[in-house]
Amino acid sequence: MGKAQPELQSWGRYRRVVQLGVEQHWRDAILPSASPRAILPYGQGRSYGDVAQNTDGVLVCTRRLDRFIAFDSEAGVLRVEAGARLREILALVAPRGWYLPVVPGTQLVSVGGAIANDVHGKNHHRAGTFGRHVLRFELLRSDGTRMVCSPNENSQWFEATVGGLGLSGLVTWAELALTRIPGTNVDVQTLPCTSLAEFASLCDASDASHEYTVAWFDCFSYRDGRFRGLFTRANHAPGSPPPASPLGAVPFTPPIGLVQRTAMRAFNLAYFKAGMRRANATERMPLERFLYPLDRIDRWNRLYGPRGFLQLQCVIPAAQAPLGVGALLETIAASGQGSFLAVLKRFGAQRSPGILSFPVEGTTLALDFTCAGDATFRLFDILHKIVRQHGGRVYPAKDACMSAADFDAGYPDWRRMLPFVDPGFGSDLWRRVTSELAA
Amino acid sequence: MSSVTPGPAVAIFGATSAIAQCVARIYAAEGARFFLAGRNPEHLRAVAEDLRVRGASDVQVETADFRFVETCAAVCTQATRALGVIDVALVAHGTLPDQSLCERDDDALREAIAVNFTSYACLLIQLANVMEAQARGSLVAIGSAAGDRGKRRNYIYGAAKGGVAILLEGLMGRLARAGVRVTLVKPGFVDTPMTAAFAKGPLWISSDRAGRIIVRAIRKGKTTVYVPGFWRWIMAVLRVVPQRLFARLDL
Repeated sequence: MGKAQPELQSWGRYRRVVQLGVEQHWRDAILPSASPRAILPYGQGRSYGDVAQNTDGVLVCTRRLDRFIAFDSEAGVLRVEAGARLREILALVAPRGWYLPVVPGTQLVSVGGAIANDVHGKNHHRAGTFGRHVLRFELLRSDGTRMVCSPNENSQWFEATVGGLGLSGLVTWAELALTRIPGTNVDVQTLPCTSLAEFASLCDASDASHEYTVAWFDCFSYRDGRFRGLFTRANHAPGSPPPASPLGAVPFTPPIGLVQRTAMRAFNLAYFKAGMRRANATERMPLERFLYPLDRIDRWNRLYGPRGFLQLQCVIPAAQAPLGVGALLETIAASGQGSFLAVLKRFGAQRSPGILSFPVEGTTLALDFTCAGDATFRLFDILHKIVRQHGGRVYPAKDACMSAADFDAGYPDWRRMLPFVDPGFGSDLWRRVTSELAA
Repeated sequence: MSSVTPGPAVAIFGATSAIAQCVARIYAAEGARFFLAGRNPEHLRAVAEDLRVRGASDVQVETADFRFVETCAAVCTQATRALGVIDVALVAHGTLPDQSLCERDDDALREAIAVNFTSYACLLIQLANVMEAQARGSLVAIGSAAGDRGKRRNYIYGAAKGGVAILLEGLMGRLARAGVRVTLVKPGFVDTPMTAAFAKGPLWISSDRAGRIIVRAIRKGKTTVYVPGFWRWIMAVLRVVPQRLFARLDL
């Protein structure tokens, strides 16, 4: 059954999987029966690794479940089908003074995907994860049963579904709490950030006063604990700029990756210099441009060429963060791999609602690697080991290769998930990370 | 969305089709009033809720099974009653019949023609009468590029859609005098639930884009619009291929 459908690939495009896509057209429809093959929800295909891939199985595609159901513009509560993208939601609510309290680095993800991966954004230190603002949702199981889940009602199912990697059933619709914004601008301040210690003190100084904080740095520049980096902090600001115009699409996959070392170094240097020119000044810009810079280039993932890319995103708990992140940067610099801008963000203390939610208080590091086959996977093994040694964990939404042991160490509670996993559901990631330990 | 300039009054038959939904969303953002007819009441309700949130000022729905001629007549009357003057009437329902089944089974054939042609004839003529009397508005129907030429693989569907084209051509002549615009929409490959089973290639477009193209054509008062436009040229070539040769093409 099925074939390699390129449109169902994961964002990293690092391998092709034989799987069948079946569309879910209406929220009252039952799930396709594929037994004994596993099914798995698939939204916008923005997960990097294999969390939304299902070899020899069926992907239940949710892009047609994109209808709004109700919007209370007084209370700021939106009910929407789970296949809707954040972009269409924001286009509806932002002009009326509302915004999603948590948005990831792209608005081209579905609500269902945002719930299943319990995504976070540049305001994690204030707002926590996406799941904290989900009021309730409907969960559809492969046996046809439906239940409405919220922190109070069927709360165990709520905890198993938020961050549940799509394994507990299909979320058909969700009700989301919105937050007031003064306009669709942000006031952004960029500061130089040249070491992990400086990053920590900038977070200390900014997290209370700024809604969004994040640091970007050039991982090629790392030497003796120092790097070229920029710390960005921002607050919402009034005004209603016109929607950002797209810069265009990457029309096809170039035969060789364009994200090459020399080009990246040049880009990183230029990016850093441009940032330094604005250093310390406050700049007002459209929220979209600040939050989703890469959304302006449609299908930018193709730039990595036919071999695709992998992303490492991990979090190291606060106490271990300076050491752990330092060790990771050291190893990456020594490897000569690594890529574009790397991102650092300090997660706050807000509890994540899901059993498998990724964020814990500490520092998260994210960076892309062109997939160069075994060499890249070997490097990831080493990096995952460092993460483990420092009590950290890897983000399943980005992951393509953590081992069952890595997963067990990072998510020691994961077995609590087992009673809630739909017997008809499965994913490549889940089979991998539970293979040795579930038995 | 303001009460000063109320949006257009839009009647859609087959309102739960993917293309119709995408067209409706564009009008909803302008505060349109809707009359929606379709087969499944739950699906109609989902579409109506969506359009209300997107800005529709009023949405009325009616369950209708277009296999029956009586239904078509009744639902047309209901549309007029619901909206008063109709600014845009879009007939968009349809099925992609299983051709090999239709070749063996009379009932399947009868149903394929009833849904894809007879109901169109009934609805469009009724609507033409209404719009002729109100002396304004746009009458729009979804035909198909498949209706331009009989092809081995889908000549039954093609015949129904070709019939719709001829019917609409006649109505163009008739309604031009009354100041009513008539638009025939001929989609090529549009990615919708109806075409879910097909492998998609570079010639395919999304239903969203189809919706935008159709609304633009309605606004410009185009008589025929291929969706997307390049099908005009593909079909222009295919139409002049001699029949002996055409029959040998694997289409």
